Amino acid sequence: MTEKIKTTRDGFGRGLVEAAQKNQLIVGLNADLTDSTRMSAFAQQFPDRFVQVGVAEQNLAGVAAGFALAGKIPFAASYACFQPANCWGVIRTSIAYSNLNVKLVGGHAGLATGEDGATHQSLEDIALMRVLPNMTVIVPADGEEARKATLAAATHQGPVYLRTSKLETGVLTTPETPFDIGRAVLLRPGHTLTLVACGVMVARALQASARLEELGMSAAVLNMHTIKPLDIRALAMALERSPYLITLEDHQAAGGLGSAVAEYLSQQRKEFRLKIMAVKDTFGQSGQGNQLLDYYGLGVEQIIHTSQRVCAFNNCRSDSLNMLGLK
Amino acid sequence: MSTDTPAELAQKALSIRRSIIAMLAHAQSGHTAGALGMADVFAVLYFAVANLDPRHPDKEDRDRILLSNGHICPVLYATLAEAGFFEKKDLYTLRQLDSRLQGHPHVGSLPGVENTSGPLGLGLSQACGLALAFQRDNKTNRVFCLMSDAELQEGQVWEALMFAGKYQLKQLTAVIDRNDIQISGSTNEVMSLEPLKQKLESFNWQVLEVEGHDFGQLIHAFHAASQTEYPTALICHTVPGKGVDFMENKFEWHGKAPTKEQAEQALAQLEQEPDD
Repeated sequence: MTEKIKTTRDGFGRGLVEAAQKNQLIVGLNADLTDSTRMSAFAQQFPDRFVQVGVAEQNLAGVAAGFALAGKIPFAASYACFQPANCWGVIRTSIAYSNLNVKLVGGHAGLATGEDGATHQSLEDIALMRVLPNMTVIVPADGEEARKATLAAATHQGPVYLRTSKLETGVLTTPETPFDIGRAVLLRPGHTLTLVACGVMVARALQASARLEELGMSAAVLNMHTIKPLDIRALAMALERSPYLITLEDHQAAGGLGSAVAEYLSQQRKEFRLKIMAVKDTFGQSGQGNQLLDYYGLGVEQIIHTSQRVCAFNNCRSDSLNMLGLK
Repeated sequence: MSTDTPAELAQKALSIRRSIIAMLAHAQSGHTAGALGMADVFAVLYFAVANLDPRHPDKEDRDRILLSNGHICPVLYATLAEAGFFEKKDLYTLRQLDSRLQGHPHVGSLPGVENTSGPLGLGLSQACGLALAFQRDNKTNRVFCLMSDAELQEGQVWEALMFAGKYQLKQLTAVIDRNDIQISGSTNEVMSLEPLKQKLESFNWQVLEVEGHDFGQLIHAFHAASQTEYPTALICHTVPGKGVDFMENKFEWHGKAPTKEQAEQALAQLEQEPDD
């Protein structure tokens, strides 16, 4: 039994080495964050396939595009607050519009980054990457899933953005848990409502669901690890079970997972009630990752409270409608 | 594709210039001055220097010619058509709906187009990636990156210059169109680049300066670029609008297309033998 992977960045590091062992075309590029993005094992094992670009994210993305033009499969990693934030225009034109086979890794994403503070807590990267045609956006929930996501990205043809984090998530998935790009995983069944989560928020959704069960509510947990393409079949099935959905993400509410789900739901005829739990148009600050998630409204207690409110509101409304003879 | 006598190259360049005027006049939008100014460099690169085969545009051992200042793509399209990558009649679809000839070039849309560009500053990084990939695989393909001078005002270019210097990308040649104009005036007024040669040399590049309309000098410089252990920057002094007297050295012609009447005048001037 291999050692459990603690974080999504560690999962990426493990996955990259495995992918590189399988495929000679894989190269790794880094902008001087080789160790903290977990590319160092790859760099040590495959020194002739590793490229140090220096502190230059625009060139990182551009050189990665060049490697793809040469038929390679480049993985370019930095922190999400630098890539895509510092090089979005390069990614847009040189990679996404060109539809090149480049894999971009944004590490240290979200409030989960913790003590480094707001400058280093990327809360915009899902939005930045989701708006780009041709781009696939993956936000794995734990180390094992990040490992599988890296292997999947390596075999997927086309540009991919993989968002990783340094926060320890606990072990949520096993080597046997299926992983396919664009196919959400129902980690916990339930019929009262569905918690649709990605990244570090999946662990919190599972904890909230367990607590809700004690309170008599059955909350399904849908791990929406791929934000784009969004698994609309899984969402349709969730709506079959219950009209109540809560999305959970360590990202701005604008443009993230919740927005993607809302865009889908707005085109449906089914009744639904959606609550987006995300960072509300504010920057973060220094603190411990878990502490910050609680502070900005993404704690387990807040998920429980919101779940109760979402369902209670609707039950009340449904009762009132009954009383008025409208339902 | 080897047409190496200066007289033959001059004929190619003249034909490329005529195509540029004709396609831009037909499209009624696009960038004229830079495209005309680089016609001689394109003729030399495509017909006397690079290893290319228009019948097999994706052949593995081909040299890669990347256009970084995508707005001068009329010269790229005209040259590719001249070389036989596609039919010349397609040039008249420039900038039209569903055309393969986009207003700025898009890789995958048209045979012979090797990269996507438009926003300035992107191409040299792409070229660096290609050149390092070839170097690591012990392949001898050369990589040429055609750039404007004003493009060097973009910070990303200097990241790429540093990168190429560090990795000694000797297969890489950056061809800089030193025409001294940009969209709102002279390059030295908008944001001076000088001393350009010294700046580039300090980034560990070999730097060669040539007269960009002298076929002999250009051929010699491209050869010299293949004989060094360093990446080479070829500063080509060109005349924007070259070949059409009312366009030459006028920055106003950077971003506009000729009217039908202007095109007729221009084509009349481009009928003469170039060395008359």
